[in-house]
Amino acid sequence: MRSGPFLNRRALIRGSAAAGLLAVPAMGALTSCASGGGSGDDGGAERGETSADNPFGVSADADLEVVIFDGGFGDQYAVDAEALYQQRFGTVDHTKTQEIQSLLQPRMVQGDPPDVIDNSGAQAMDIAALIRNEQVHDLTELLDAPSLDDPNVTVRDTLMPGTVEMGQFGSEAVYRLNYALHVYGQWYSRTALERLGAEYPRTWDEMLTLCEAARREGIAGWTYPGVYPYYFNFTLYPFIGKIGGIEVLQALDNLEPNAWRHDAVRTAFEAYYELTARGYVLRGSPGMTHEESQTEWTEGRALFIPNGSWVENEAAATTPEDFDMAVGPPTGLDSSDAMPFGTLWASPGEPFFVPAAADNVPGGLEFLRIMLGRESARNFTELVSSLTVVRGATEGMSLPPGLTSASEILDAAGDNLVSSRLPDWYRQLNNEEIGGAVAAMMAGEIEPDEAIDRCQRAADATAQDDSIQKFQHT
Amino acid sequence: MKDTPRGRERLTPRDALLFTVAFLVPPRFTPDRVRRDRRYRKLDQRRFIAWFLALPLLVYAVFVVSPFLQAFFYSLTDWTGYSATYTFTGLENYQRMLEDDKFWESLVNSLLLLVIAPLVTLSLGLFLAYMLNVGGRRGGATGGVAGARFYKVVYFFPQVLSIAVISIIWARIYSPTGLLNEGLGAVGLGSLEREDWLGGDVAVWCVLAVLCWAFVGFYVVLFSAAMSSVPGEIYEAALLDGAGRSVTFFRITLPLTWDTVRTGWIYMGIQALDSFALVDVMVPEHGMDVLPSYLFEKAFRDAQAGYATAIGVALFLVTLVFALLMMLVGRRERIEL
Repeated sequence: MRSGPFLNRRALIRGSAAAGLLAVPAMGALTSCASGGGSGDDGGAERGETSADNPFGVSADADLEVVIFDGGFGDQYAVDAEALYQQRFGTVDHTKTQEIQSLLQPRMVQGDPPDVIDNSGAQAMDIAALIRNEQVHDLTELLDAPSLDDPNVTVRDTLMPGTVEMGQFGSEAVYRLNYALHVYGQWYSRTALERLGAEYPRTWDEMLTLCEAARREGIAGWTYPGVYPYYFNFTLYPFIGKIGGIEVLQALDNLEPNAWRHDAVRTAFEAYYELTARGYVLRGSPGMTHEESQTEWTEGRALFIPNGSWVENEAAATTPEDFDMAVGPPTGLDSSDAMPFGTLWASPGEPFFVPAAADNVPGGLEFLRIMLGRESARNFTELVSSLTVVRGATEGMSLPPGLTSASEILDAAGDNLVSSRLPDWYRQLNNEEIGGAVAAMMAGEIEPDEAIDRCQRAADATAQDDSIQKFQHT
Repeated sequence: MKDTPRGRERLTPRDALLFTVAFLVPPRFTPDRVRRDRRYRKLDQRRFIAWFLALPLLVYAVFVVSPFLQAFFYSLTDWTGYSATYTFTGLENYQRMLEDDKFWESLVNSLLLLVIAPLVTLSLGLFLAYMLNVGGRRGGATGGVAGARFYKVVYFFPQVLSIAVISIIWARIYSPTGLLNEGLGAVGLGSLEREDWLGGDVAVWCVLAVLCWAFVGFYVVLFSAAMSSVPGEIYEAALLDGAGRSVTFFRITLPLTWDTVRTGWIYMGIQALDSFALVDVMVPEHGMDVLPSYLFEKAFRDAQAGYATAIGVALFLVTLVFALLMMLVGRRERIEL
């Protein structure tokens, strides 16, 4: 006797639960597909005739796909460079995005990437992992090709020092081209310094005197974005380099044992801690974002901010007319420093690379060669107020005050350039551990000794961590 | 009834094949041999269920079950997440996890949120819902306090905002020149001001506060609904017997809404375990982590998708244990109204 419906609710629920359980093992078949695909055609196979103005042999009708990070620099400079490509070759498919990773990671996995990627921004892809997987094309042939403007000069010789090194990851191969040249240092307002009747401080004693004078006027000596304490890299690392010489910074990069316990590091940390201990740091800085601290700075509540040459553009909205923005090389300790005053960290950012599996590898290389031509480089500086890695490209251009100052101190530094690879080789170590230790020290929570201990422990942990790829200066 | 002794004769292989075919083809093609069999009715039922659920089950399998199983597999590899290649490393990721201080720190933070956030949020939610629905005492009858409807809307308001908006607003509030510091200064508690709420040790409590603020309104509404299904006569009877507010709450309201409270507890616990958006937006990179944000960093910043999935599996286990515990601990005799 069956009086109820053909199938009662209880049976349906029981049955569907059972079916759900059955579905689980049945899915075993599906389990290996997130990383599936990637047939790995090696791309760039068809190269046409090479010639003096087509050194990579781009076929005349080869289309190009370019993905540009649409951040502070926008994408107009790339559109303009693409127009130059289109005059000679096929059409360009241009994409701009702020989310490089979400857009491109699946395509990298599938083995179907675009031809040129501007791998920048907070959502950049981990280049070291891509290199390890052999997914990035070696740009050496680009560097050895004749430059766009003068066939007798190779591309390599048109670049600022440090550009090639920033593309190297522990070997001779160059995997990326960092296009925008950032000048790091202590950014300040000439007007503010004049009001205090002060010169730019060259030694730490002068710095402390200046900060004391500022404090009497109710102005803080320094501010910084405590939310991103690695902004201190920009002045602290070259400061260490100036005191102890370039080898100290290289030892830090190489994660050598006790590298952080070097006297130069200790002296530099103690000097910076002095700023906090004497109350020369703007109250509230430990919790500020870069924008908040920059605004405090442009509004005249602090004299110095550790920053890079993008700040002029970024802070333009809040910068007063008579601010007269300038950047100085890191103030030294005293005359016993290993390197002279003027020693500077300038380092190229905005990394471009050509994926190894791109359909049009020669086209990608040619596009970068066009970008490195004078016309594109000047256009870039014109559009976004940033220097490029192209040597002397800004000659005769009229630049805004901050950028003028940046290119002046860059010229003045000459060969006294230092650099640190910690930010791009070991991002977690640099941003979280060292950044965290410096943040705590500058907030007055810990003393320099403990900050150094924390840095050393973190560096040792990174050195021992097999899951992190290691690099060495060559 | 059909409950005759089940002395089933075994199916011959040919019959088994026929039954399988019958299961897979539409009813009208069912072979007569099967249709006449006693067991056909069972098969018909099961066939109905299976066919009815085939499509949703397929979707569920592809988009829910398979990623889960894949995660277990990838947690045993060194996959970077950027290419189609990886090597199988066995339990290495799990071993590394056990020795990873950062993992334990984020686990502790997550567990702290898991325990305290539901406790605070649900207590507040229950208290407020009770006051809005039963707490008022007008002319002997029970009802909400004055302005109950208005309060309900106000409490629910954060729920309308997306979690990203909430995170950004609260990041501003916690900023050194934000509302919190200024507020403390204004009421003479300037000594409690901090330069760095979100980067230091108190960050987890700051996140906890936002989490509770964001969700309490939802529970007020949820519990209000549950409480309104409790018949008024029960309250009146209690009132006549001289029960005060707290007695009424613990003897009547709580037992009668227990099922809802338990469900809410699990849901809030899972919200607290997640709290990814809050931490990711509000807390600086060098500050605290919870499991999901640590997982995200490992997967998408450090290109260690294999290790990240191992963390994901740990998170899955924590969630599972929590849900099971809640189911077991909270089990009570159901009271039919």
